[in-house]
Amino acid sequence: MTVARMIRFATLLLMLGAMVSCAAAAQGADQSAGDVDYTRDIKPLLSNSCYTCHGPDEGTREADFRLDVREVAIDSVIVPGNPAESELFARIASEDPDLQMPPTDSSRPKLTRDEVDLIRRWIAQGAKYDEHWSYAPPKQVKVPQERASSPIDAFIDQRLAEKGLEPAAKADPRTLIRRLYFDLTGLPPTPTEVAAFAADPSDQAYAALVKKLLASPRFGERMAMHWLDLVRYADSVGIHGDQEWSMSPYRDYVIRSFNENKPFDQFTIEQLAGDLLPNATREQQIASGYNRLNMITAEGGAQAKEYLAKYAADRVRTTSTVWLGATMGCCECHDHKFDPYTIKEFYQFAAFFADLEEQGVYAGSSKTSYWGPSIPVPSPQQETRLQELDQQIMTLGQSLQTPTPELAKAQAEWEANLPEDPSWQVLQPTSMKSHPEVDWKKLEDGSLLAAGANPDKPVYELEFTTQLSTATALRLEVLPHDSLPAAGPGRAGNGNFVLNEIQWAIDGKPVAFQTATATHSQQGWPIASLLTSDQKDGWAILPDIGKGNEAVFELPDDVTLTPASKLTLTMTHHYGSSHAIGRLRVALVDAPRPVQANQAIGVPQEIRDLVETPAAKRTASQQEKLAAYYRTIAPQLDHARKELAERTEQRKQLADSMTTTLVSKSSEPRTMRVLPRGNWLDDSGEIVEPGVPGFLGYDLETDGRRATRLDLAQWFVDRRNPLTARVFVNRLWQLTFGRGLVSTADDFGSQGAIPTHPQLLDALATEFVESGWDVKQMVRRIVQSQAYQRSSSRTASQKQKDLSNAFLAAQSAHRLPAEMIRDNALAASGLLVEQIGGESARPYQPPGYWSHLNFPKREYQRDQGRNLYRRGLYTHWQRTYLHPSLAAFDAPTREECTVRRNISNTPQQALVLMNDPTYVEAARALAVRLLQEGNDRPEAKIHLGMQAVQQRDATAAEVQILTATYQKHRQQYVSDPQSAQQLLSVGEYVTPEGIDAIDLAAWMSVSRILLNLHETINRY
Amino acid sequence: MYSQSAASLRQTRRTFLGHGIAGLGSAALASMLTADSVCADQQQSAFPNFAPQAKRVIVLCQAGGPSHLETFDEKPELKRLDNQPMPESFTQGQPIAQLQGKQLKCYAPRFDFKRYGESGQTIATLFPKMGEIADDLCIINSMVTEQINHDPAHTFMNTGTSISGRPSMGSWVQYGLGSEADDLPGFVVLTSIGKGGQAQPIAARQWHSGFLPSRHQGVEFRSAGDPVLYVNSPPGVTAARQQDVFDAINQMNALRQPTLDDPEIATRIAQYELAFKMQTSVPSLMDVSGEPQHVLDMYGTQGGDGTFAANCLLARRLAERGVRFIQLYHRGWDHHGGLERGMQICASEVDQASAALVTDLKNRGMLDDTLVVWGGEFGRTPMAQGSGRDHHIKGFSIWMAGGGIQGGLKYGKTDDLGYNAAENIVHVHDFHATMLHLLGINHEKLTYRSQGRDFRLTDVHGHVVHDILA
Repeated sequence: MTVARMIRFATLLLMLGAMVSCAAAAQGADQSAGDVDYTRDIKPLLSNSCYTCHGPDEGTREADFRLDVREVAIDSVIVPGNPAESELFARIASEDPDLQMPPTDSSRPKLTRDEVDLIRRWIAQGAKYDEHWSYAPPKQVKVPQERASSPIDAFIDQRLAEKGLEPAAKADPRTLIRRLYFDLTGLPPTPTEVAAFAADPSDQAYAALVKKLLASPRFGERMAMHWLDLVRYADSVGIHGDQEWSMSPYRDYVIRSFNENKPFDQFTIEQLAGDLLPNATREQQIASGYNRLNMITAEGGAQAKEYLAKYAADRVRTTSTVWLGATMGCCECHDHKFDPYTIKEFYQFAAFFADLEEQGVYAGSSKTSYWGPSIPVPSPQQETRLQELDQQIMTLGQSLQTPTPELAKAQAEWEANLPEDPSWQVLQPTSMKSHPEVDWKKLEDGSLLAAGANPDKPVYELEFTTQLSTATALRLEVLPHDSLPAAGPGRAGNGNFVLNEIQWAIDGKPVAFQTATATHSQQGWPIASLLTSDQKDGWAILPDIGKGNEAVFELPDDVTLTPASKLTLTMTHHYGSSHAIGRLRVALVDAPRPVQANQAIGVPQEIRDLVETPAAKRTASQQEKLAAYYRTIAPQLDHARKELAERTEQRKQLADSMTTTLVSKSSEPRTMRVLPRGNWLDDSGEIVEPGVPGFLGYDLETDGRRATRLDLAQWFVDRRNPLTARVFVNRLWQLTFGRGLVSTADDFGSQGAIPTHPQLLDALATEFVESGWDVKQMVRRIVQSQAYQRSSSRTASQKQKDLSNAFLAAQSAHRLPAEMIRDNALAASGLLVEQIGGESARPYQPPGYWSHLNFPKREYQRDQGRNLYRRGLYTHWQRTYLHPSLAAFDAPTREECTVRRNISNTPQQALVLMNDPTYVEAARALAVRLLQEGNDRPEAKIHLGMQAVQQRDATAAEVQILTATYQKHRQQYVSDPQSAQQLLSVGEYVTPEGIDAIDLAAWMSVSRILLNLHETINRY
Repeated sequence: MYSQSAASLRQTRRTFLGHGIAGLGSAALASMLTADSVCADQQQSAFPNFAPQAKRVIVLCQAGGPSHLETFDEKPELKRLDNQPMPESFTQGQPIAQLQGKQLKCYAPRFDFKRYGESGQTIATLFPKMGEIADDLCIINSMVTEQINHDPAHTFMNTGTSISGRPSMGSWVQYGLGSEADDLPGFVVLTSIGKGGQAQPIAARQWHSGFLPSRHQGVEFRSAGDPVLYVNSPPGVTAARQQDVFDAINQMNALRQPTLDDPEIATRIAQYELAFKMQTSVPSLMDVSGEPQHVLDMYGTQGGDGTFAANCLLARRLAERGVRFIQLYHRGWDHHGGLERGMQICASEVDQASAALVTDLKNRGMLDDTLVVWGGEFGRTPMAQGSGRDHHIKGFSIWMAGGGIQGGLKYGKTDDLGYNAAENIVHVHDFHATMLHLLGINHEKLTYRSQGRDFRLTDVHGHVVHDILA
């Protein structure tokens, strides 16, 4: 300390004397006697108010001292046992703007008097530091013998006693079973199940229910809803055009894993490194799709290097949050402000994923485009069919390779009469038009260049003549040119085009094509699509920008031509944004069939040479070569060849129709550097290898080899990892109590909440690991506790003593998650289709909701039939435009990892439940149930309806309101039957015969009310 | 409309909310509704922090990135160097979008500029109507941003970061100040699509509330289909019958309150009231048939056609009804090629209506407390890309008007070729800080705790540009 500073400090201490005693006096009878706990009382204060400038981040550290490390703190500003001598205390207690900390102009919060006093007492008690609670291994705490059967209740009751809180009574059977069903399956119990449990709500009956629900396949669906939020599962790429990709097998893997009760360590390893396991199974490869769930881009002009950096950072953010409850994302630009993670560790963590085969920028446009490595995931039926086809293809292939005397004879005849080789004749245009217009230029090589105006969707109309007298096929070449964007061959900004239709006419008479082949087709834009009449299909050529390609169209029969024949070629471009061909050349040929792109026409020179070699002089291998060639064109084998082509095509179609899923594929790791300030343009940073955060006390065991994702996964589930198990059981707690024991389930660091029940959290985490990471066992443990089964109603005294119910004297009530609100309405109405997995479903969605998407533009096509009634978790998850009914109820876009959803209460939610066709249709189906299943008294129907949505009878007052509404609307519909018909037209569901439209419409008012009730969409 | 018990419950809600929803800072409201936010709220002093100049904001987002060189930034030197190589000193080591690896040549501005108004602001002659309001505009020629592709650039312009999941500026403003509209959302988004060139996609992320409570999300008003998603009753359900259903729901929810003891029920009832009001207020807002002909003519629209002009008129109507943050997107400014024609088309679509909005607000005495912002997610290169320009982030232009902004001012400069912002550089964070300042918010104080960190719209950056304040 400098002299000047010492004097100032001394003065300050003098001044403080009086103040401190004031503060102490003010505290008076308060808890000043109790022990101050560093983790609970002090660290959150220091972290929030001081660490920004005196914490882990060296880059912003002021005055060269830090408060997060005791050795440094007691060497500078803390004198243990003596607050009055401690500058820390003097500074935080000071009212002098020049001295006080945090400084007056700081954004960090000033400490309150009580907080200053806490720090004073802490220093007085010796300024003890503890390791941050979540970084220390879980403590083994002994549960009192008499409570050994339920450690959860032992710990919770102990805290309640400490706080003088009376626990709430057990919830009534209906509330309890409804809660249990939603928490474990996401669906409500049936009224019968509720009645059975109400008749016997014993512990044994409850335990049997728990067992049944954990065994139900719905359990996996319910757990998946949460896990998919964490890993940001979605059905679209998320950036710019937000194109679709195919990932649903990964979603189904998650559901299956929870249903099979896959140990969580195995679940972890398969997702992070399934592909690296020896002889990785299909299941393990699907699991490795976890690493591919980050958002990716196909935006033109994006730089690969920048986006690879974005993807790397995204993986670190997500993975560290999912398994460690860590906010490592903060370290992309600098050392963490509050926790001991460094910027170098951030990039070391990213380096684990540097082996993933991926592109920074993709060129895809649809679900079948290339979005990185993927595998097909056949259904069992597809698998069987595939084996059949492979067998047939093999047999046919063999028959085509077998020499016979007949073939030898035919070959000899063919050799004797070998025809001249044909060649392509380039056509000369006589007229070139485009609608809208472009400027055509004829180039010397006979090609045509479109220049000038660059219309959105031009239709080209070209006329030619030819000297050829017979034609078998037409060839269209698309060629690059410097005047075109990206050198073409297309006129879109990226050099691409989409040819949607091509029509050829001779003297005005259309000529069809039999086959279409190309030297290259863009994924999802095959040349063969030009043979169909679907105008949305087309031929495109990414990534072959700046290169030539050709398409060959074979005619079904040879056509005869004269020099006077007028040949018209019409080429339509529908895609928009100038996706039109920029330079092209057209030619005809008269040649033996088949004529295909990628295949020379006529007889190859090599074969011709062999034919000219006298038979006696040919070597054995030359003989064989010639015979083999002949077999490819021999008319006798036409049938087998055609058969083979068909089977091959069928196999291809089958393969194309299989659902695919993106997977991890390992390749040579990219170099990973520390990016200073997260700047991807800055190559000055240190090169790093994969590595784990150092402060957690144990390292990877790799014997010097480069660590892999598998090492990382094993490090997460190592018994020594203090975070993984705690983080996971805390999320189970959040799912079953509405809030975790650590309320910040996404942040177990210094700025996060500390556990309300640290011993309980540790006991659960320990049990989780010791059980072999048994998820169902932990869920069972939690829901069988008394704490879980308590009522969620609280007395005034409970509220006063514990405003937020942190100590769990009662359960908590909360609104159902978005998916369950949908599921509940479908279940109540009887519309729900319970089918596990498969490609995502597309329920009703307002037209035009995707109108801001482009590349390509698209309109949502809803499903028909059963897929309209699937559970919410199967709804197509479009990241930039999530289904509006899910979004209204706080379903996350899954652009980033989400650990805790917001729970909001908005007018949009009312509009969805009132007016979304899904809910209007559900109301109709529910009304049908009331009419079909209820007896004739309106009151009985109302009870039935209330049972369907809330599993209870309606009260007298409720019956009165609903009856009145029914009667009033019934009268109105009697005089306005057309309105009734209109209302009944919403949704595909077919009203059964014999139901009176007027009555049904009136009962729909009742069922709409029921589906909208607050209690219907809440779990208590 | 409601039974005795519902009415008394509504009273309870009013008491509960203190002043009713209108005008109450939502930051405070949040804490009352959920215990979880109590801690966050302790730091959240009431907003505004000081007397606001502006009560509301209208952002006219020209999506795709309009060229500053054909709008507000005159560059004679670029004209002189037309078709000559772009000096490497400008472009070395700079991020480049579609021109990666291409030869870089200067491309002369396509249109003449002229001095307008008493202030003599230079504006391209392509925008004569904006020229007429030159004295109301503060043109900033020295904007910079950090993201060079559309999607992340929009995200950055709206949320102050390119990482997804953070709140947009409209959500932040609503979170801080609440809404003054009692039957409309506080943050409304309108979109239109240009007739020329390709329309780049925009994402709902741009008006998402991120980690803020979802009610602060921007609500899209649409020109086709339901004007707000699901705001129309099912077919065959008359307004009266829909009201019966709403009433019954609220009565029944109120009945359950004593049994369930759930504070969310009161909120639920209030939200159903608001939803019902929106079923009337939204269609009536969208119905411009009552607007006098001279007003329609001024904007150049008959309304109801989803054009930018129609949306400008709706923006004024929303502003009149107390909507806090109104954002218009016009998609059509991505002129990689065909710049000249593209600019002409865009100008014909937005020039008159943009100017009409400012004039109309002024005529109604609303410009003083309405901040209007005009600009895209970035600008365009001085270099040619065929017959167009590529994306550019190192210098571009926007304008601001009204709500505490000094009119007739040109602020900041780019270099002689319009490449780098060279003088009085205004970063997106500075723009955000200034916008919040005009609303009476200290941008360093408007924070929300997420994952252990107090997030701000301005991240850890941002300076209020005091020089442009009135």
